[in-house]
Amino acid sequence: MNRDNDKGKVLIKRSLILGLGEFLMFMVIIARLYYLQVYQADRYQTLADENRISTRLLIPPRGVIYDRNQVILASNQQNFQASIVAEQTTNVQETLDAFKKIMPLSEAEEERIKKDLRKNRSFVPIKIKDNLTWEEVSKIQLNAPDLPGIIIDEGLTRYYPFGEELFHVLGYVSSVSSNDVKDDPLLEIPGFKIGKSGIEKLYEKKLRGRGGTLKLEVNAYGRIMKEIEKNEGVLGERVDLTIDERLQKKAYELLGEESGGVVLIDVHTGEILALASTPSYDPNRLVQGVSNKEWRELTSNERRPLTNKVLSEHYSPGSTFKMVVALAALEAGVIRPETRFFCAGKMFLGDHAFHCWKHSGHGYLDVVQALQHSCDIYFYETAQKVGIEKIAEMARRLGLGKEIGLGIAQESPGLIPDKAWKKRRFRGARGFWQQGETLISGIGQGYILTTPLQLVTMTARLVNGGYEVTPTFTKVEATERKPLDKIKISSTYLDLIKEGMFSVVNVPGGTAYGSRFNYNGQMMGGKTGTTQVKRITMKERQSGIIKDKDLPWRLRSHALFVGYAPHDNPKYAVAVLVEHGGGGSSVAAPIASKLLQEAVKLDPTKKSVD
Amino acid sequence: MYKYYETSFKNQSLSLKEKFFNLSFSYILFIVMLASIGIVVLYSAANGSWKPWAINQLIRFAMGCGVMMVFALTDIRFFMKIAYPFYFVALLLLIYVEVRGSIGMGAQRWIDLKFFNLQPSELMKIALVMVLAKYFHSSSLQSIESTRGLLIPIMLTLFPAFLVMTQPDLGTALMLIMSAGAIFFAVGVQVWKFVVVMLGGALMIPFAWHFLHDYQKNRVLTFLDPERDPLGAGYHIIQSKIALGSGGVFGKGFLKGTQSHLNFLPEKHTDFIFTMLSEEFGMIGAVFVVLINILIIAYSFGFALRSTSYFGKLLAIGLATNFFLYVFINMAMVLGLIPVVGIPLALISYGGTVILSVMASFGMILSVWINRNVNIGK
Repeated sequence: MNRDNDKGKVLIKRSLILGLGEFLMFMVIIARLYYLQVYQADRYQTLADENRISTRLLIPPRGVIYDRNQVILASNQQNFQASIVAEQTTNVQETLDAFKKIMPLSEAEEERIKKDLRKNRSFVPIKIKDNLTWEEVSKIQLNAPDLPGIIIDEGLTRYYPFGEELFHVLGYVSSVSSNDVKDDPLLEIPGFKIGKSGIEKLYEKKLRGRGGTLKLEVNAYGRIMKEIEKNEGVLGERVDLTIDERLQKKAYELLGEESGGVVLIDVHTGEILALASTPSYDPNRLVQGVSNKEWRELTSNERRPLTNKVLSEHYSPGSTFKMVVALAALEAGVIRPETRFFCAGKMFLGDHAFHCWKHSGHGYLDVVQALQHSCDIYFYETAQKVGIEKIAEMARRLGLGKEIGLGIAQESPGLIPDKAWKKRRFRGARGFWQQGETLISGIGQGYILTTPLQLVTMTARLVNGGYEVTPTFTKVEATERKPLDKIKISSTYLDLIKEGMFSVVNVPGGTAYGSRFNYNGQMMGGKTGTTQVKRITMKERQSGIIKDKDLPWRLRSHALFVGYAPHDNPKYAVAVLVEHGGGGSSVAAPIASKLLQEAVKLDPTKKSVD
Repeated sequence: MYKYYETSFKNQSLSLKEKFFNLSFSYILFIVMLASIGIVVLYSAANGSWKPWAINQLIRFAMGCGVMMVFALTDIRFFMKIAYPFYFVALLLLIYVEVRGSIGMGAQRWIDLKFFNLQPSELMKIALVMVLAKYFHSSSLQSIESTRGLLIPIMLTLFPAFLVMTQPDLGTALMLIMSAGAIFFAVGVQVWKFVVVMLGGALMIPFAWHFLHDYQKNRVLTFLDPERDPLGAGYHIIQSKIALGSGGVFGKGFLKGTQSHLNFLPEKHTDFIFTMLSEEFGMIGAVFVVLINILIIAYSFGFALRSTSYFGKLLAIGLATNFFLYVFINMAMVLGLIPVVGIPLALISYGGTVILSVMASFGMILSVWINRNVNIGK
């Protein structure tokens, strides 16, 4: 009985201990709750939000690019895409079969669709086909009852209505590549496209806009439950270019099959009205993405369709440089308007002969006549008298020898040589400037290199009354225009040069006489240039020079022309380059003439005379 | 609150009316509160719908209440009388599911009784307590303190525990062993024996590791480092902690738990229901549930201490500890304190068998209280 009592007491004692133990364990639970729900609550709140909130970027529509007359040059086109949502159809295969009856799918496409369907959850739309036409879209919608689970999404694709015509100005957009600077979360979006060249690249930030955000609540499987917050972002800004689409089209058409560049600017403002380079390429195809093979073909093509020949390539200016030499000499006083030199077809410096392009010679010529006939001997003499330093200085004042800074492509600075340059360029004795080099510089050959864009700048500065105008794509209102610096050349001399350029086109015997026009009394002036790509050897000179057109394309001369119109009150300047085109007067001058004529015709400030 | 009839020592059999008025209505109230909270959370788990869980749970709880009343109004001596037969029936059922599993009819832990699934292991939890209570009721302290005297109770425990473990249901097997351990402790088995067993157990761990199923090893490894496999085995516990923590002090509100409603939280209506409750009702709600559980267990212990019979005391303590183990293991599991074992939160988690077995236990505890003055001979 005593032991029984003890047994009962032990039970009570032990039970109390057991109960206390259980109570303490509950306190551990409460402590843990406190730790998780109070002490670490913020951390877990964040983690819970990360779980449930999925932030998506909204792509803003890219800014539209306009020409000076509000013609759309680059816009966004709706792009329709058919997708399938597996969970909205009872039988995926049946739906796909029905779809194939409307629109055939290749085996590879079907394979991809099925693979994507397997990889993704059933509520994720899987792309079947994109870039659908309107007809295709309406066909699908018409057959919607037979196509459960098929949905049509729309997106925006960059579209260039004028295709290859403006490729070298606008550039194109394409997918972000690994070496693009990723300064914007938008760039991380698969399929997002950014400007890769031209205006599209130059104004990328402005055109792109700012991405909006869409905060969505998603469940554990990624299904969207509801929209939490939407931030619209900022639309891409429009860009207004100075291009006149009509002139651009003309310029592009005039170049035709040739490989070359044309640029037309307003001589007072520098506004670029047309800038074409051929051959070109349709940027719309680059937006879609081209195959590696096609890309290789593009980059290995000897006519370089991806290079902007107006500003990325430099050429010897040839005779278009003669105005620079004449101005330098007039300003230095080494020639006067009435100074005449005798051209006998060739001249000697030491025992080295320098030839005029006209073997029989031009006889006595003054500066205007020398420009008109493009006499080489006159400019050899002049250059020899004035020296390379003064010529180089004048060239630079007129905008040659350095980048214009247009920004739409890698620009070539060209080259205006002088004695210091040659010392830097060549070491030792070879660094001395030779007098013969001054002579050939006088006719724009030798070391001198210019881009058509620089040549048009030069021409504009020659004819606009001596203002330091610079080509630009940005339209500046007349009221906001900053006064331009003057190039400080006597207007008498400038008029004399203009008279020479006028004679080139409008006086019989002028090298571009065949290209003259008279549109209601408005005429043009200009200067031809033909630059050899291949040196003419002594042997060839004796055996008779091979005609340009008999040479392989690669070895033919470049044809150049710079011009302006109207002569009385110049408004437009043009530079034309045709690679391996032959003569400046036969190939380049007609293009310039037709383009200037068109510009004069379309001039908005002139009352229509027709 | 209520007046109960004092029963005399002399009168050893009570009338049904006397028994009814001797029920502890506060105790029943706590149980109803806990079950109601469970139903509310199940309603939320179904995104604000009675179907499919809340309504079923309500029906089962109503049935459970019936079971509880029947057990409560049963004479305690009857429980003592049927302890062994009941134990053997439960054992046979365990063997039955075991054999059925091994001859290839699928490793089901339950027997389909059409209207509900009977889990023999649930029956065994009660049967083991009953049979141990009866055994120790009859044995002397001397025998309890002797090693030989413990042989039979240890056999009674380990045999069903082994069967349950091979089902495989490690959680329930451990629960059986722990509730038996608690009873051994209560009756006065010397503490050093527990120490020896625990040390032995610790030494066994490396060997036992080999016998664990891969999924069990995974659970343990995942518990030790949930980040080991954040999308696989660790996912449950990581998401559970996120849900709990993000609930904060006041919770996200009824029907507003993001982790649970967006399905980040797995098993939100069964094993992880406490997580969902804590997410929506915050620490306040969670602590409230813990407190009710404490009250139920404290009352059970109180009833045990007031009982004059050794069998009654031990029965109440054993069953209360059983309930405690349910609650503690489940909470500790979802709080990341112990590895994930499939133990539901009694009365709150969705599931029929557990409700019925827990309500039966409460009925027996109430019977202990009603029959506190009944003298039971050896």
